[in-house]
Amino acid sequence: MYKVVVPGDFISTEVNRAGDGTYVEDGNVYALKYGVVDDRGTIKVVALSGKYMPVNGDVVIGKVVEISFPYWIVDIASPYEARLRKSEFGRGENIDFGNMCEYLDIDDLIVAKVMNVDVMMRIDLALKNEFKMDGVGRLIEVSPTKVPRIIGRSGSMIRLLKDKCNCFIFVAKNGRIWIKGSSADMDLASQTVMKIANEAHTSGLTDRVAHFLDSFKSEKG
Amino acid sequence: MKEGKMELIKDGKRLSGRGFEELRSIKIDVGVLKRADGSCYFELGDNKALAAVYGPREMHPRHFQNAKRAVVKYRYNMAPFSVDDRKRPGPDRRSQEISKVSREALDPVILRELYPKTAIEVYVEVLQSDAGTRTAGINAASVALADAGIPMRDLVSSVAIGKIDGEVVLDMDAKEDNFGEADMPIAMIARTNTITLLQMDGRFKEEEFERGLKLAMNGCRKIYELQRAALVEKYSKSGNEE
Repeated sequence: MYKVVVPGDFISTEVNRAGDGTYVEDGNVYALKYGVVDDRGTIKVVALSGKYMPVNGDVVIGKVVEISFPYWIVDIASPYEARLRKSEFGRGENIDFGNMCEYLDIDDLIVAKVMNVDVMMRIDLALKNEFKMDGVGRLIEVSPTKVPRIIGRSGSMIRLLKDKCNCFIFVAKNGRIWIKGSSADMDLASQTVMKIANEAHTSGLTDRVAHFLDSFKSEKG
Repeated sequence: MKEGKMELIKDGKRLSGRGFEELRSIKIDVGVLKRADGSCYFELGDNKALAAVYGPREMHPRHFQNAKRAVVKYRYNMAPFSVDDRKRPGPDRRSQEISKVSREALDPVILRELYPKTAIEVYVEVLQSDAGTRTAGINAASVALADAGIPMRDLVSSVAIGKIDGEVVLDMDAKEDNFGEADMPIAMIARTNTITLLQMDGRFKEEEFERGLKLAMNGCRKIYELQRAALVEKYSKSGNEE
């Protein structure tokens, strides 16, 4: 069982090990967030809710909300909107403000990489090679704080999911998850993802999920 | 404060049967609203308050954005059916003032500088009122903020003290408030005894004020323990399923 802390809880006196989600006052480490303590390596408090804060290099799933030459404005499930410059389509393309919607229209979903976040929280995106999602499959949204759990240590959980659910599953850093497969497989995959998100704070989760998926399979067959 | 007299202390006990330093019963539920980022239902005796937190999210209208830090918006609202005589719905002078002081009571614990240009919105709805709704609102809001995953230095706890029949008492109910001599709501960070809100209506002698402050500090510490326990419980129960 992980130790649950609330803001202001005393965690440790080892000031030089204080990490994310903590603060130091008078030589003590206190919790800055409501979450669980992880003290392998640095002392961290992993929050169990909260908004996505963009970091350079993150791969996210975004939705085009506005076209404003020469940018597409993209919602990335964060307090800040991101922008995608037209030059992302390559210099050869002749994009002007009249035909931008032919490349990406409002409500289109894209897979993109966070290229730069400046002090004013302006976010620039870059397109990934296969960026267009073309309305195939399903998109589910969970809190970005649960993403590490859905992926698992060195990808163990996501590997399990892909194997057992027979789906293409892509987990973006901002908590949006793209699932592609047959209808029944997608049902099972999204159900399992929600289960992982709801129990993200518990230990032995990978085993429990494996058990859950096996029992589902045996029920059906 | 209403005119007229009423005996508020009988045989060393208050009308509700409580001692002078006793809080009303408290119930806290965390995460009661599904669509809010964080929420809390808080009961203090017959007070019932519901807090919802949204954000940090984009600040609208844009010209109220702060380029350096998040803006905290706090709305205290009383339901029309929360009091004996129907309250005219909507914001009024009183609720605007309470919203302002409550926001300022929570501001010092929130790390606003981590989310520039955004808004953190706190909505407190009082469903039933029995004196001390602003303290119930602050207690609920503080738990809801933590539940929303917002970085905070600490939780804020709040309680009122008052003076009835010449005695300093903790946590007055509506009768005591109406016929009592003074009322003083206080919000503080219980761990460090840092006061973030202090209002006073009526008069205390200096010595009574000091005594009242000590009562409030003890009261806040008790409330803090309950707030903390409610938050810890949320993630302890759902783990042992199956």
